[in-house]
Amino acid sequence: MMVGRPLVELDNVTVAYRAGDRQHVAVTDVNLEVSRGAFVSVVGPTGCGKSTVLNVVAGLLAPTSGGVRIDGTSLWGRNTRAGYLFQQDTLLPWKTVLENVCLGLELAGVDRAERREQARDWLSRVGLSGFEDAHPHQLSGGMRKRTAVAQVCVCGPEILLMDEPFSALDAQTRQLMENELLTLWTEAGTTVLFVTHDLDEAVSLSDEIVLFSAGPASTVARRYEVDLPRPRDLMRIRTARRFGELYEAVWSDLRKEVMKAHGRRDTVGHG
Amino acid sequence: MAVATRSVTADQADAPRRRLGARGTITAARVLVALVVVGGWELAARLTVLDPFFFSQPSDVARLLREWLVSGEILDDLVVTVGEAFGALLIGTILGLITGFLLARSPFLDAVFAPYVKLLNAVPRVVLAPIFLLWFGLGEASKVAFGVSLVFFVVFFNTYQGVREVDRVLVDSVRMLGANERQLARHVLVPSALAWIFSGLRVSIGFAIVGAVVGEYLGASRGVGYVIAQAQGVFDTTGVFAGIVLLSVVVGLIDVVVHRLERHLLRWKPERTQGFQPS
Ligand SMILES: Nc1ncnc2c1ncn2[C@@H]1O[C@H](COP(=O)(O)OP(=O)(O)OP(=O)(O)O)[C@@H](O)[C@H]1O
Ligand SMILES: [Mg+2]
Repeated sequence: MMVGRPLVELDNVTVAYRAGDRQHVAVTDVNLEVSRGAFVSVVGPTGCGKSTVLNVVAGLLAPTSGGVRIDGTSLWGRNTRAGYLFQQDTLLPWKTVLENVCLGLELAGVDRAERREQARDWLSRVGLSGFEDAHPHQLSGGMRKRTAVAQVCVCGPEILLMDEPFSALDAQTRQLMENELLTLWTEAGTTVLFVTHDLDEAVSLSDEIVLFSAGPASTVARRYEVDLPRPRDLMRIRTARRFGELYEAVWSDLRKEVMKAHGRRDTVGHG
Repeated sequence: MAVATRSVTADQADAPRRRLGARGTITAARVLVALVVVGGWELAARLTVLDPFFFSQPSDVARLLREWLVSGEILDDLVVTVGEAFGALLIGTILGLITGFLLARSPFLDAVFAPYVKLLNAVPRVVLAPIFLLWFGLGEASKVAFGVSLVFFVVFFNTYQGVREVDRVLVDSVRMLGANERQLARHVLVPSALAWIFSGLRVSIGFAIVGAVVGEYLGASRGVGYVIAQAQGVFDTTGVFAGIVLLSVVVGLIDVVVHRLERHLLRWKPERTQGFQPS
């Protein structure tokens, strides 16, 4: 891994949502550094605040206390160096697939011919050539997700925030997309913060895995360095012995957090 | 769509044929309703169940309408009325769009102005008409002003609602792609609010005509509203009905044009189920 000052730093980040007249503390005292060019995955039980943390890094949500630094400067407002692939569907329904993918470049003032060429290139990389003129409602969920991947990646962001980008895809497409992501990451030196529910995916792609504890008031429970050699062959890496060890290590801790989350929900439900 | 959701298990191949058949039946039923109402009216008037003096009868109304159109004497009045309505529609829509946008996007402006907008909207508009006559005179300006006071609020509330209902995550996503507030309006807010804006616009067409006609009715020297008022003054029921029919047809025609435009601009939308829209 590269050494140097971290590109993304979270400093005691706490986020409390207002829930009626009470406060719901989603995450508390989150400290995290992501080095330039690193691939970091975030895992944790559902509702623990993973999307919340990504929103904070994106600059869409101001932390209740604590702060974010990007390349050493405090983040204020939208993080202009980041591309964000949301957990929800975010394609504009009134634009075609091609227009959606062109949007970021259009907003940046890239001329029409140039942005169309780049968008077409990305559409073919995510396997959607031929769907340029379709509208999002004519696509399947997985196709919409892949279009969104193209939409974000075509802008060439320095930091890529991805919130469960591949969970809607079938196993084969998923592996193709993971490969594509690794290629992009290697070629462009993008820094990736990647939320996933799939430990397989987390271990095989990442340099580091960050485990969040069960919510509410979730925080970083543990971090694991993934010391599998690069470049990685995603087809084979899952059979490596070290892969199995890492998977087991993360899984045993994650399972505890998931059990805790369920336990809490039960007590809430019965109390 | 409706057919498909109702009977998913039924053989899908039959669906288009059945839908076509349904459309024919609907058209036939519509024509039947019109025949019954108009025919019933004519019949009742002829049998003097309805007093023709107060209710006129469709054949007389049709005859008078043809007379008006052939001689062309009504056209000048129609141009005046439609012109006033168009002016009201244009000004009211522009003001409503701008205000709706500003208040929907700025919590501060919203907090300051919302009570006043509600207050103004609560003023019975008919009371304003005489005041506008005093302020703007008996000419076209007072009718336009009256129409604006009706159109503005409809467009305003629809735009406001439409912009407020824009999916939050779409806004965030396009922001992250680098949009400033102006680009956000163009790529997200306007297209997203367009369905709302159009429904406001289509209601406004009727209101703009109402504004013009009521204004003319209260005081003017030309316009369809003036013609209706004159006819009423001499108990010419046929003239009143002919004026009403003429205005309805005009509103209907404009609505068709606006609906075409709407369908063109909202063509990205998945097929919608039938409702209160001409097909
Ligand atoms: N806008 C909001 N207002 C109030 N509470 C919120 C809001 N967004 C999230 N929360 C709460 O904050 C907690 C964390 O939510 P978040 O979406 O970050 O979880 P997550 O880890 O991304 O979950 P998942 O894995 O299911 O996507 C949840 O308990 C949720 O109910
Ligand atoms: Mg989430």
